[in-house]
Amino acid sequence: MSDQKIVKSNSQDVQKEMITRNYDKITSGKVKVSSTFVPGNLNELLMCFDIANNLPEINAIQNAMRKKSGEMIMEAERSGHSEDVCTYVKADIGMMAKGNIAPNGKPFPDPDLLLLSYTGCFTFLKWFELLREQYKCPTVMLHVPYAADGHVTQNMRDYIVKQLKEEVIPTLEKISGIKFDIDRLREYLRKSAIAEDDLVWMLESAKHKPSPIDCYFGGVYYMGPIFTAFRGTDECIEYYKLLREEIQERIDKGLCAQTPEGDMAEEKYRLVVEGPPNWTSFRDFWQMFYEAGAVVVASSYTKVGGVYDYDSFRHDPANPLETLADYCLGVYTNRNLPTRVDMLARNIIEYEADGLLINSIKSCNSFSAGQLVMMREVEKLTGKPGAFIETDLVDPRYFSAANVKNRLESYFQMIDQKRRAGGSAIAA
Amino acid sequence: MSTKTVKDIVANCQEIFEDLDFRRAREWKAAVPGRKVIGYMPVYVPREIVHAAGMLPLGILGGGADMEVIHGDAYYQSYICRIPRSTIELAITGKLDFVDGMMFPSICDVIRNLSGIWQLLFKDKYVRYFDAPQNFKDEVGGVFYANELRELKEGLEQLGGRKITDADINNSIDLYNENRRWVNRVYDFRSDYPWKAPSAEVYLLMRAGMVLPVEEHTRLMQEYLAAADAESRPVKDNCRVVLTGAFCEQPPLNLIKSLEMAGCYIVDDDFMMVNRWLQRDVPATGDPIDNLVKAFLHHSAETPAKYEDDINVKGAYLLNTIAKRGADGVIFAAPSFCDPALLDQPMLISRVEARKIPYITMQYAENSGQMQPIREQAGTFADSIKLWGAA
Ligand code: SF4
Ligand code: SF4
Repeated sequence: MSDQKIVKSNSQDVQKEMITRNYDKITSGKVKVSSTFVPGNLNELLMCFDIANNLPEINAIQNAMRKKSGEMIMEAERSGHSEDVCTYVKADIGMMAKGNIAPNGKPFPDPDLLLLSYTGCFTFLKWFELLREQYKCPTVMLHVPYAADGHVTQNMRDYIVKQLKEEVIPTLEKISGIKFDIDRLREYLRKSAIAEDDLVWMLESAKHKPSPIDCYFGGVYYMGPIFTAFRGTDECIEYYKLLREEIQERIDKGLCAQTPEGDMAEEKYRLVVEGPPNWTSFRDFWQMFYEAGAVVVASSYTKVGGVYDYDSFRHDPANPLETLADYCLGVYTNRNLPTRVDMLARNIIEYEADGLLINSIKSCNSFSAGQLVMMREVEKLTGKPGAFIETDLVDPRYFSAANVKNRLESYFQMIDQKRRAGGSAIAA
Repeated sequence: MSTKTVKDIVANCQEIFEDLDFRRAREWKAAVPGRKVIGYMPVYVPREIVHAAGMLPLGILGGGADMEVIHGDAYYQSYICRIPRSTIELAITGKLDFVDGMMFPSICDVIRNLSGIWQLLFKDKYVRYFDAPQNFKDEVGGVFYANELRELKEGLEQLGGRKITDADINNSIDLYNENRRWVNRVYDFRSDYPWKAPSAEVYLLMRAGMVLPVEEHTRLMQEYLAAADAESRPVKDNCRVVLTGAFCEQPPLNLIKSLEMAGCYIVDDDFMMVNRWLQRDVPATGDPIDNLVKAFLHHSAETPAKYEDDINVKGAYLLNTIAKRGADGVIFAAPSFCDPALLDQPMLISRVEARKIPYITMQYAENSGQMQPIREQAGTFADSIKLWGAA
């Protein structure tokens, strides 16, 4: 497949250029750099201090897609890290051992700061403690409590705001030498909200039949700018505007979802997917779907960097610190299991999907622990069949193409049978 | 003081340990109508507040080595540690049917998500995910934690149908202070005379504290210390080790026995941190919530479940324990698939290595069966320490 021409849209080219520019900025040596995580990232706040954000998960993904992560993980394991722990962490540590080279071929500078946004994943905490051992740089923690009862309490919000005021902002001021300007933050947040509107429009466009987008494999690209270094920028607004136009055009033409090999010819199955994708065999994995005529109409992974559709959250410039708190509290993996179940079940119903597929990731307790129960609960609520596959994020040892394909094929057969029994028509 | 023998006491503890129906807790509950039992998982919950509500805090540490997990595997993938699956097994086989509520501390994402499973599957039960602050400043993490404790208190008041007064909590604080003092005495005694207090016995004694009412557990420790002190047992030429990493899923009792048989006296461990989490007495007068908060923020143990803000302090707790106990080495024993223990381990190892303290690492599951490799590994370790120490 690698020698085939990959079909790309305008927005993809724009995004590629944005990412390249960002890596050039990070590796330029001219800006201060903070490492931080995708869930609960405080991009708008970092921009107030002209600090670039470098996201280790994204680096791990980049390395996985270039087939480099396997060697990095082994390197980390050789240096004493257990085979059992999250492979993002090991890919990151292994990357350091191998010279810390960014995707643009230049070395990453040592971070000026580790901004530990402890949101939705316990491993983050250990990950940055481990990086701190290496870089010995200032590290500031933002502890985001878990929304365990399905809602945010004032106590949680106040705690986060206080940490922002008393820990995070003073540290950022110190590192950057720039005084915090709340109006600058408001302006970025205003821009975030504009892009977020278009983002939600994009997510919901998959309600069309056929769906003009794939909201898992394609979705990870569409989420790129807003989940990473661009939320709050003009270029982010532009990107989502362009994406929206492209998708609108696809809807007008009645096109099925776009894939790397062009438009899907026919939409046979509409799925909701829970869990991150596998990155080491991303293209092969995707191919198994589009070759079978399966499109993902909604996925939880497109909510890890922020949930904007489920309860209509938008960054609110009128309450800048509180809105950052609410954003962090609301990311998908910071939600309790009943909320996650409700979200997935609603997706299945509202997007008229055939069922829930769970890609359970060995690395990730945050996502994976409890998924079998979630699947049964979603089945109960929707009456649609679920299926379960197991892979890993960036460790090639845990992607068995044959197994995954078998599982998917039987799942599609199961959906067919269900349809025959229920007499319902093919999705498209 | 009674004249119970070590054998009697240990047999009693062993019975409690093996009883997955939690008969003793059931009896406690049945003795007075309206009593309630609240289960909690590792690593720390303020049992004082549960006790002050007139309820029995019941430590749930999985199903142990002998329980067959039949249903649990349908709930958890193979790459997730064993404690949540055996805990679910306990619940769905009715062994926790008498438990009125469960507390899930913020130790890792597995226990965190287990709280969600409880919410989904046991809708009639009280479920509390117990979030503790990772910020240790009074006015930041302290305020958050105080409010969390108040919420917990209110939740238990609702469940129990009665107010919990400050005097109630202060009374409980007093009892748990007393209990902790005796726990520490047992640990000190074992460290001083490890041949008189084998670790398997101390372990069982502490496990009994997960089930028995606090006053009863305190009495049991008093009896044990008196009996163990009176008994003469042969001194062995064992080395002294601190065992760390086993703060959540518990190793099989056989593993603990095997280590000692192989020549390692365990002179400190982190098996049931809830017993020793707070490092000082909590003042039993004044505002109890405030006092519990301060104790948590400023005088609690370091574990992988906590963020250490200061890189220079990272690992200090372990190093201090090694020094205090005069240990010769460390055994890093972590449950398989345990992110907190396994991710923390390299950092602790680097501290230990820097001081040239010998160590070994091992992984286990609560139902690990094969002890031969463990015995061999620990035996070689003990031998090398003796050689190295003599050199
Ligand atoms: S455990 Fe999951 S959420 Fe956490 S760092 Fe790893 S992959 Fe990300
Ligand atoms: S054993 Fe480790 S990973 Fe498993 S529940 Fe306990 S702390 Fe979490």
